[in-house]
Amino acid sequence: MFAAATLALLATLTLVLVRALAGPTVFDRVLAGNTIGTVAVLLLAVIGFLGGRPDFLDLAIVYALLNVIATIAILKFFEFGSLGDPEEPEEQD
Amino acid sequence: MSALLDGLSWVCLLAGGAFCVVGAVGMLRMPDLFTRMHAASVVDTLGAGLILFGLLLQAPSWQVGAKLAVIMVLLVFTSPAATHALAKAAVARGLKPQLDKTGDESSSS
Repeated sequence: MFAAATLALLATLTLVLVRALAGPTVFDRVLAGNTIGTVAVLLLAVIGFLGGRPDFLDLAIVYALLNVIATIAILKFFEFGSLGDPEEPEEQD
Repeated sequence: MSALLDGLSWVCLLAGGAFCVVGAVGMLRMPDLFTRMHAASVVDTLGAGLILFGLLLQAPSWQVGAKLAVIMVLLVFTSPAATHALAKAAVARGLKPQLDKTGDESSSS
């Protein structure tokens, strides 16, 4: 049962990886990266159950948080050109 | 009773896996970014929700179930926010959704 879910998730991972490589714009790659993060969280949870190791779920929680923060940081960089300069004050556009 | 739980988690896990694959195929076949985001949200919502619910039924103790519930709540709150930020960034950088059927990347405004 868990093996079937793992196989489906691995298939999803390869399909999304193809989109990440082929994505014309950078935002396609960010979208694919976000989806890869979510699938990785699911893989961690399912393999944790497959191997009888419930502590994998802690990794899945941390990875879900990191995935969102990374996506938001990448988007901020690509939208505003930089992650903000600590010296000069934030201009009100 | 446990046979019912096993059967239900079998169905949930397989359905979740199927939705993940369908969402991923949608991400490959959709013409432009904004429709791909629509397909990717299928993976985030239904695929993740069904798989985590299937695991929830198999949770050996309440701690494991609580962790799975935390992951579900996290995904419910964070994936829409990330997708919204992605759409905002794409529109801010001038990526317009492709409205007409001509299939060219930059639709005439």
